[in-house]
Amino acid sequence: MADWDPSKPILEIKNLSISFFTRLREIPAVMDFSCTVMPGEAMGLVGESGCGKSTVALAVMRELGKTGRIVGGSITFKGRDLTTMGDEELRHIRGSEIAMIYQEPMASLNPAMKIGAQLAEVPMIHSGMSKDEAWKLARQIVADVRLPDPDRIINAYPHQLSGGQQQRIVIAMALMAKPALLILDEPTTALDVTVEAGIVDLVKELGEKYGTSMLFISHNLGLVMDVCDRICVMYSGEAVETGNVTEVFDKMRHPYTQALFRSIPLPGADKNARPLISIPGNFPLPHERPPGCNFGPRCDYFQKDRCDAADIAMDPVPGDDRHGTRCLRWQEIDWTAPPAKREIKEKAAVGRVVLKMDDLKKYYSVSSGAFGGGAKKVVKANETLSFEAREGETLAIVGESGCGKSTFAKVLMGLETATSGSIMLFDENVQSTPIQKRNTDTVSQVQMVFQNPFDTLNPSMSVGRQIIRALEIFKFGNSDDERRQRMLELLDLVKLPRAFADRMPRQLSGGQKQRVGIARAFAGGAKVVVADEPVSALDVSVQAAVTDLLMDIQRENRTTLLFISHDLSIVRYLSDRVMVMYLGHVVEMGTTDQVFSPPYHPYTEALLSAVPIADTKVERKRIVLEGDIPSAVNPPPGCPFQTRCRWKSQAPAGLCETEVPPVQVLEGGHQIKCHLTRDVLAQMEPVIKIAAE
Amino acid sequence: MEDLSYSAILGRMIFQFWPVWLALVLTYAVSITFKRRLGLYGKLFDSPVGMIGFGIVMFWVFTALLADYIVTFDPYAVFSGMKNKPLGTALAGATEGQYSHFLLGGDALARDVFSRMVMGARSVLAIAPAATAFAFMVGITLGLPAGYFGGRLDTGLSFLANLVLAFPVILLFYLLVTPEIVEHKILFFGAFLTTEEQLACKAAHEAGTAGLSCFGLSIPTMMAALLFIFPVIFVVVLLNARFFTDPKKRNLYVGLVVVFGLWAYSGLAFNADPSGELLTSLAQTFPSAAEFLGVETPIRDIWAMEPNLLNVFVSVVFVNAPTVFRIVRGIVMDLKSRDYVAAGQTRGEGSWYIMLWEILPNARGPLIVDFCLRIGYTTILLGTLGFFGLGVAPDSPDWGSTIDEGRKTLTLFPHAALAPALALMSLVLGLNLLADGLREESLRD
Amino acid sequence: MLIFIARRLGLMVLTAFVLTFVVFYLTNLPPNLEKLARSEGSVRMSDEAVAQWIIDNGHGGSVLGRYGQWLGVVPGWQNVDEKGVPRGRCFAAGTDPAAAPRYCGVLQGNWGYSTFFRGPVLQNLGEKLAATGWLMLWVMIVMVPTSLVIGVVSGMREGSRTDRVLSTFSIATTATPEYVSGVILVALLASPVTGLSPLLADWGWIDGKVLFQGAASPDKITFWSFTLPVLTIALYGIGYIARMTRASMTEVMTAQYIRTARLKGVSFGQVVMKHALRNALIAPFTVIMLQFPWLLNGVVIVETLFNYKGFGWTLVQAAGNNDINLLLGCSVVAVFVVLVTQLISDIGYVFLNPRIRLS
Repeated sequence: MADWDPSKPILEIKNLSISFFTRLREIPAVMDFSCTVMPGEAMGLVGESGCGKSTVALAVMRELGKTGRIVGGSITFKGRDLTTMGDEELRHIRGSEIAMIYQEPMASLNPAMKIGAQLAEVPMIHSGMSKDEAWKLARQIVADVRLPDPDRIINAYPHQLSGGQQQRIVIAMALMAKPALLILDEPTTALDVTVEAGIVDLVKELGEKYGTSMLFISHNLGLVMDVCDRICVMYSGEAVETGNVTEVFDKMRHPYTQALFRSIPLPGADKNARPLISIPGNFPLPHERPPGCNFGPRCDYFQKDRCDAADIAMDPVPGDDRHGTRCLRWQEIDWTAPPAKREIKEKAAVGRVVLKMDDLKKYYSVSSGAFGGGAKKVVKANETLSFEAREGETLAIVGESGCGKSTFAKVLMGLETATSGSIMLFDENVQSTPIQKRNTDTVSQVQMVFQNPFDTLNPSMSVGRQIIRALEIFKFGNSDDERRQRMLELLDLVKLPRAFADRMPRQLSGGQKQRVGIARAFAGGAKVVVADEPVSALDVSVQAAVTDLLMDIQRENRTTLLFISHDLSIVRYLSDRVMVMYLGHVVEMGTTDQVFSPPYHPYTEALLSAVPIADTKVERKRIVLEGDIPSAVNPPPGCPFQTRCRWKSQAPAGLCETEVPPVQVLEGGHQIKCHLTRDVLAQMEPVIKIAAE
Repeated sequence: MEDLSYSAILGRMIFQFWPVWLALVLTYAVSITFKRRLGLYGKLFDSPVGMIGFGIVMFWVFTALLADYIVTFDPYAVFSGMKNKPLGTALAGATEGQYSHFLLGGDALARDVFSRMVMGARSVLAIAPAATAFAFMVGITLGLPAGYFGGRLDTGLSFLANLVLAFPVILLFYLLVTPEIVEHKILFFGAFLTTEEQLACKAAHEAGTAGLSCFGLSIPTMMAALLFIFPVIFVVVLLNARFFTDPKKRNLYVGLVVVFGLWAYSGLAFNADPSGELLTSLAQTFPSAAEFLGVETPIRDIWAMEPNLLNVFVSVVFVNAPTVFRIVRGIVMDLKSRDYVAAGQTRGEGSWYIMLWEILPNARGPLIVDFCLRIGYTTILLGTLGFFGLGVAPDSPDWGSTIDEGRKTLTLFPHAALAPALALMSLVLGLNLLADGLREESLRD
Repeated sequence: MLIFIARRLGLMVLTAFVLTFVVFYLTNLPPNLEKLARSEGSVRMSDEAVAQWIIDNGHGGSVLGRYGQWLGVVPGWQNVDEKGVPRGRCFAAGTDPAAAPRYCGVLQGNWGYSTFFRGPVLQNLGEKLAATGWLMLWVMIVMVPTSLVIGVVSGMREGSRTDRVLSTFSIATTATPEYVSGVILVALLASPVTGLSPLLADWGWIDGKVLFQGAASPDKITFWSFTLPVLTIALYGIGYIARMTRASMTEVMTAQYIRTARLKGVSFGQVVMKHALRNALIAPFTVIMLQFPWLLNGVVIVETLFNYKGFGWTLVQAAGNNDINLLLGCSVVAVFVVLVTQLISDIGYVFLNPRIRLS
């Protein structure tokens, strides 16, 4: 270690190639990957799922499992080659010099060991610290990651902590031995946005405090911009562009990076005037990669016989700070030209009211206590929900976990009946009609698109059969042939080849499955469609395509779309009106412009500020909420948001803790459920400012 | 004639199984050729463990099917002078065309051990898979709603299942598989009548003067009536859920199943299949036609089960069903939170459609694996029954009974018990390996 | 936690009542009673005499009432036979009924008279249970550590050569029920004509004719007589528990927290001992406990095979000889053992698993 010079890179990966070996073939996962991390630097690794970014991280840890093998290149850590290192030496580096933080905090903590023991283990192994000392250190680090009551926490078991707290423990564990390099693999993906913001801040702060270098892996460009100094964009096993964050974001020199930025909804995008541009085609499977440029088949600038002739090497961009791109044509492309095929669409007119909810309440009673005994408790999943939705309109319902948005969908669909209040659906009262008692027309007109593409289709039924079943149930057509014909038309509608009718769901990609889900929902000519996070599980480039498809069908059929999401960027992009929910309450409702500009409900403000935006021109005010979302079983008294609200001191004294706030109707029908006076609300400043271009 | 050496015995046994080898080679050749097109079954041929297991199982299946061509002697026949004779003993005074040796020796009643072992495969494989299939029908039909609806239904059914599971199997067998239990009829009108009244009813039955108040069924018949109706219910519900949108098709399918199902049900559970009598009277009306077709009167019922067999069968189903119930219930509880189930619900599908067509097909992996394991377990149970002399018939060649007979002279003449013991072990081992292979392959994708 | 145990106990008592009633019902069917009458009275009794015998000996009346008497919550029967001798459940024929207690069932410690042993059920059953206890003790001592070690070792490196060898062994033993392994072991090690014994005797390595004894007796527990019965019962259990342990171990070894531990720099041995073992042993614990009902089966088979006069042997004799009271006694014991082990397994599972214990 003495022969390592701190001015040299802490981690240097050169021409790394990794393959997985299965029974049938060798599957190359990463090819010719190079990157350098300097001391104190944070390197971001971005790309869509399957691009090999996590494989790179695991290769640095030499944790590729039985089937994975490094087939070429080197990984040098502090001047020592990790690829040839012996197991014993490797073990000394793991945990003490390189530490890793993972996606699922709950799964990465041992359920049967106390937090303290899991933390103390690290210094006990690596520096032979005594048990008492190690526990003392653990307590101190727990305090460092800003967890309340460290003494209680080190004696707790993982399941006794919330998701956010668990992730802080994982971070604490990584920091126990003050490592030189920290690898973070999607550390916040499993967390809510407002919790994520806190974790991101903590990581940044601790990185600076301990001078740790970081390798930060994420699919979220905004998050990478927040955390990292440098970025490396990966596509299909290769790094396609690398450089410092501002240069890559503002002066991208690879078509994939450009396409990626064009497909994510940044502030300013609009579904009608400036629609997103999705990347055509699909991500190539690892064993079916095209010759030459992997991105070639999906690239607008593709030239036959040139781009697909031979493997392409990384080409430095002169003048920039270690900026490089894996594109042959980067010097020929006009990077400032506006996208060519952007088509501008008419804004659809909204029609009559088709859905009206009035004072809807949904309470569940659950028994508390682990063994079934104990008192029954009432969970208020939805509290006084009132709104209306018109024909052809998109109403977004925004909120984090536990806000009651899924319960709301279930009640509307008739899977649950409301506790009180009314739901008018096309002049029909359905609040207490469970789905079995609704007539076929009502059922077929209200349909749902589900979140998880891997779950939305029955894995053991062919795609065509599933759509035909929906047609049968909705009493469409008189014969099997008629229904089959309609099914093929529906596949056309969602832009899938007709041959897909006979495929099984496992042969489809996530985006394709989601399209089938949409086709199935529209099988009976649905008039109201509830889309429950329909794109959140998809990769960004596919998100845009699926969103657009949904919008197109909506425009054509004049469907009312209830778009449930936690992602404010996409909500801003596609919705006409927005409803923000928190712990079963609607805290704010209005048109998209009203909700995204002040005055805000304090929760909306925090939510807006927490969403990372991948645009260097956007200035964002940082508001980090304390703590986690309270449990819906045990909500705080008074205003549900009062435990985390930063405006509480400005509200009339004591009201927040005791009374549920009234709904204030501001101009333009903008509703805010808050105790703050109108004057205070009027003083709020916008969270997001777009710097002048 | 000379007694055979061990290598000659082995050679002759291998030769004797020639139809089985032929069938096995054919099966493997066809399966391996088309393995990519055969789904999970085809994938089995990628796993050495699965292939070995499948081979052993199919060996016994073919042996059971082709037993008539393999046996060297009538398995029930007694040959004087062959009592407890060791392996390869020559048969004194073998007639022309008859095989000349007892390959695996003779048992305590001077019967051919080899032929009995081969024939035993037939009696074991006739019961074990069928009983397991019935147990699965019962377990699935009850486990699906218990897992799907939860609540009181689940609590009640789970309690019943645990009740059966808490019964030590051996005790249950001793209580259920006794001759007395077949004699006794539980009276419909007052199962808790006093002993005096029950004895009076019995006397009345014997005198042929029993009235309606003495009408009753024996416990095995009653259990059969309860357990055997499940397959019919299962298939009817399955088809109805799928085709109720098209009443014409539905009526046809369901009608066929009901007619056929109830016919089989009446025969198996109540021994009331009318086909035998009908055919017999038909044959007697047209004797010339009957003669032409070569049928002999009286014709046996198509669906019928001997009381002893019924008793064993019902007990084995009864013991297995609760475990299947628990497995199905667990899988359903896991799968019912999937989005495709919610999608079915939101388009207004009935609960049974969702259970049978959305959930059940996706539970098939673990169920198929368990099915294989459970056939093995059932084989062991049948062996246990035989071992305690509770088997199908006293002189039946089934492996359990043969082990029971052989154990009395075990230390002196172990071959009589050893042959069926090894046969049973290899069959169960094959099933276990097959299940392991299937599990491995179904987890792979 | 207390509520949980109380609920489990309640359910257990209910189950016990239902099960004992079912056994009582099935053992006291009129055909069984007729058989009893003929074996206790005379084989050539007329049907009327049999009916009279049944009534005279307190088997008349409804089955619920008799179950109550047997349990000890309904007063015992009393009547006077044709000779004018007072007879009853709670006193010997001819003694004064007034001096006898009103209730005399299982709850009062009166388990009835065994026609097979010609003595009280409770005392005989106690002796036999003690004998089986010794057998089970040795089975447990052999079975539990062996199976856990096999399971953990094969599960900690899934797919390795050790794993494959041990897994094949486990599968083979689960395919070998007691009556098969017993037969094979006896043929191999305890037969004077086949297997190893004649060879060893020829070479003069063993004194007697056989290496191990093919029969066992509770009065003389020796290594030579106990090895085969213990091995026979344990073998089937070993395979089963080892497979469960292996499955649980492989699952734990692929868990993320094991990866976390490895990437913390914990050595492989420590990963297995400190992180994996506790989580991996939760499931097998339940399995070991739930093995008891099956062990009971094994005991019955092995005691029959090796003629060891313990509980299992008694059960077979009771059933074979239509000894109603003895069979009932055996059932009570069996049901009790099963239910208690279930309870222990439930509670143990909760205690081993902090995730459930502390939520």
